[in-house]
Amino acid sequence: MCTIVCPHGVFAVNDKKAELKDRDACMECGACAKNCIVGAITVKSGVGCASGILTGFFRGTEPTCGCSENGKSSSCC
Amino acid sequence: MLEDDKKQDSSGCGCGAPSSCCVKEDTDIIEPQTGQVETVSTKLNLSDHLGTLRVRLGIYRMSYTINPGLYKVGSPDQNSHVLLSANYKLSFDALRSALTGLNLWILVIDTKGINVWCAAGKGTFSSTEVVRMIAHTNLSQIVAGRKLILPQLAAPGVSAHDVYRLSGFMVIYGPVKASDIPEFIDAGLKAAPKMRRVEFGLKDRLILAPLEIVMGLKYAIIIAIGMLILSGIGINGYSIDGIKTVGVTSVLIFVVAFLGSVIIGSAFLPWLPGRAFAVKGLFVGLLMIILLIGYNIMYYNNTSMLTIASWVFIIPGLSSFVVMNFTGATTFTSLSGVLYEMRYAVPAQIAACIIGLSLWIAGLFIIT
Repeated sequence: MCTIVCPHGVFAVNDKKAELKDRDACMECGACAKNCIVGAITVKSGVGCASGILTGFFRGTEPTCGCSENGKSSSCC
Repeated sequence: MLEDDKKQDSSGCGCGAPSSCCVKEDTDIIEPQTGQVETVSTKLNLSDHLGTLRVRLGIYRMSYTINPGLYKVGSPDQNSHVLLSANYKLSFDALRSALTGLNLWILVIDTKGINVWCAAGKGTFSSTEVVRMIAHTNLSQIVAGRKLILPQLAAPGVSAHDVYRLSGFMVIYGPVKASDIPEFIDAGLKAAPKMRRVEFGLKDRLILAPLEIVMGLKYAIIIAIGMLILSGIGINGYSIDGIKTVGVTSVLIFVVAFLGSVIIGSAFLPWLPGRAFAVKGLFVGLLMIILLIGYNIMYYNNTSMLTIASWVFIIPGLSSFVVMNFTGATTFTSLSGVLYEMRYAVPAQIAACIIGLSLWIAGLFIIT
């Protein structure tokens, strides 16, 4: 599955084992981890944009767009 | 090997799933969608195109939605495929306009008006939401098959095996782009490798520039007003003349630097030196400084060294920050990478702006 869902071709399957063939291309989206049925992959995914990181920094939280509260969205997303 | 699910509905909930399941996360009673399934056209009209233009400019883009539910293109029957879509109208329009001549069901889930990839990343395009909508629309009574074709970019939010376990429907990831769907279906639901990659070409980059400008505009306006007010300060006290000369020029330089950073930064992104966007932005800033100094030498010749020095710090600091912010719009930056670059870049940008601003203020007291 990881070879199917990865948008940057990070994985290759060799002899029934998935391996990282291009680690630098990984954007940490987490699609692979989410769809690995044996749970072989973990990814620390999350908002990866500078403004999200700054917002999280000022709020003392993880990086966030600030849009998930009460369904009211900020303009950031 | 997946079994035929129709025989396994012992849970009594009518969704065709194995008895261990039914969606329990939702406390609402799930009612099957009543009424006709709406047919949508595969041709976009003027209103659709105007809507696209509007949201690309950032105008009310957070409320450009369609109602979640089951839709159809052409005349699908119980053996036709089911495609999934986010309820952001731009996503839905991109999908349906690629389906000319086909007969398909489109199940639109509630992603709160956000596009597929962002919603998946935020957990809104989720396994639970997919399963909820399957039940809500009574999909198992409408189609005989048990396959769902999801956009590949939903994968960060959807666990295919969880959806199967909870609903009995098997998730097949379609191509990244809707435009590849006809070919994907023709090939028997098989994607060529190229269909599974996200590229970020010039057109993709430039189309994001207007929104970057609009989003930075409110800060740019505040800074511009601040500069105008400060520029009245001079060695002879406060004067409106100062605003009209130094103030206006400074605001113009600042605005051009801001716009230039966005446009040059996005257009030349892959060719700008450095892996970190903050570094790429720095080079854009240095380029603009060279142009500014050249222009100044040709046309003015009497600007104080202090003022020029101030721009040498302000513009690269600004450009570096603006291009660093583009990380949120690109398709290949990673959280760990951005965190790493921000640790050195943000302090440097703040320092550059403080030094630059101090020099600029000092420059106000020089009579030229």
